[in-house]
Amino acid sequence: MKIKWKQIQEKIGFTVLGLSTLLIILVLAFIIYDILSKGAGVISWKFITDKPRRGMTEGGIWPAIVGTFWVSLVTVVFSVPIGMFTAIYLNEYAKQGRIVRLIRLAIRNLSGVPSIVYGLFGFALFTLMLNLGLSVISSGLTLGLLTLPWTITASEEALKTVPMSYREGALALGATKWQTIRTNVLPYAVPGMLTGTILGLARAAGETAPILFTGVAFFWPILPKFPTNLLQQFMALPYHLFIMSTQHHEIVKVRPLAYGTALVLIVLILSMNAIAIWIRYRFRKKYKRA
Amino acid sequence: MSDIKITTRDFNFYYDSFKALSDINMDIETNRVTALIGPSGCGKSTFLRSLNRMNDIILGTRVEGRVTLDGQDIYDKNVDVVDLRRRVGMVFQKSNPFPKSIFDNVAYGLRINGERDKSVIAHRVEQSLKDAAIWEEVKDRLEDSAIGLSGGQQQRLCIARALAVKPEVILMDEPASALDPIATQKIEELIFELKKEYTIVIVTHNMQQAARVSDYTAFFYLGELIEFGETDQIFTNPGKKKTEDYVTGRFG
Repeated sequence: MKIKWKQIQEKIGFTVLGLSTLLIILVLAFIIYDILSKGAGVISWKFITDKPRRGMTEGGIWPAIVGTFWVSLVTVVFSVPIGMFTAIYLNEYAKQGRIVRLIRLAIRNLSGVPSIVYGLFGFALFTLMLNLGLSVISSGLTLGLLTLPWTITASEEALKTVPMSYREGALALGATKWQTIRTNVLPYAVPGMLTGTILGLARAAGETAPILFTGVAFFWPILPKFPTNLLQQFMALPYHLFIMSTQHHEIVKVRPLAYGTALVLIVLILSMNAIAIWIRYRFRKKYKRA
Repeated sequence: MSDIKITTRDFNFYYDSFKALSDINMDIETNRVTALIGPSGCGKSTFLRSLNRMNDIILGTRVEGRVTLDGQDIYDKNVDVVDLRRRVGMVFQKSNPFPKSIFDNVAYGLRINGERDKSVIAHRVEQSLKDAAIWEEVKDRLEDSAIGLSGGQQQRLCIARALAVKPEVILMDEPASALDPIATQKIEELIFELKKEYTIVIVTHNMQQAARVSDYTAFFYLGELIEFGETDQIFTNPGKKKTEDYVTGRFG
């Protein structure tokens, strides 16, 4: 009798876990299907490369794509080096004690701060106080702050997976701490760092609230050259999607365009995730562990 | 008469408040093999790692007393630890080849110490692999990953890697404990050859190995150095009762 009950328990557990997984896959499949079916019809070369026309009821979303690109670039340039170096310092150099624990706690908590709060903070700090105005830079830096906890945490995790024996082996040969980190720790941690960073970046690319107060515009089709464009307002895909779906004067008419925008945004984010996974795969192969 | 390479005087070692080593006084002779034996937890590995200050990287460690290399206190404030570790090399218990090619593993120490000349590096790598008795097995696949080697080969590779920077002393922490008998024998033969040029200090759990390989033996127990002397004497005619009990297997 006892044995039978254990087997039943096992089957129940397995079924619950399996159903949960299935549920998530179904939700994802539904989202993709919904967006794909309602948005695919709008996708064309013109849609992607053209400016919006006739009060956004026609035309394309090219400026939004470019805007998202430039903002993401600023985010990367700002948050990746700072994030990586912070992680290296916390994990390799800092004396592990109460202060470091507090810093880590603060960083973890930062990742839970609502993105609109980041938006307000970015507005106060970058737009107003540092006088960067409503611009790509303000938004990029704000999104950078949003991404920073992710980058730091992912980088720290990556550093932790490098075995202590690599560091010891290098030190025992007469390497300095920085030499050890540079030649024997970082190369093996970088793929993990990159993966985590790209995932964080993909999230940032889809955020609306932080860029709301710091620079995004509904209609800004002029695309000046770098670096002037950094100080100007810009269009972005998530915001464009938001406006088209809720604020436009002809919501029903432009709905297909909204779905098209959503599709482009999702494809962009999925591509970034795919690149992150590919990088991790390539590096894992190159630096196969013992 | 050989002279003394390393001495310790009233050496104490603490992990935070725990005293792991008490009043260790030892002279380690040049070009000889000194074995450190004792039951688990007696402090022999801690002592070994103190000789090249590898314990510095552990948080909360503290030392008292003196450890000298060629007469100079290695714990002195002005000592360059990086240079010390080049002069006193280490081979670890679990072989830890870097996930690089065989060539790059052995060349690693040279490169980080500033050597840029490719021919010098290539020559030194070959010489070190030969000295570690592994050249014949790897000469045709130097660019292959070191991870693909067998356990015994990896350990000999780690020895080659340590030799490449031309140390004066080689510290070995149970170098053959993870190896099969044939690989162990190769390592022991290697140690016998190496002592002609290097001073070797080896920690081993295996008493028979200590008896086979070493000239001097130090018996540690609960952080104290119970007895130190020529290997033959320690094993056949120990002075202290505790030593006798350990080497005859009454405990350990």
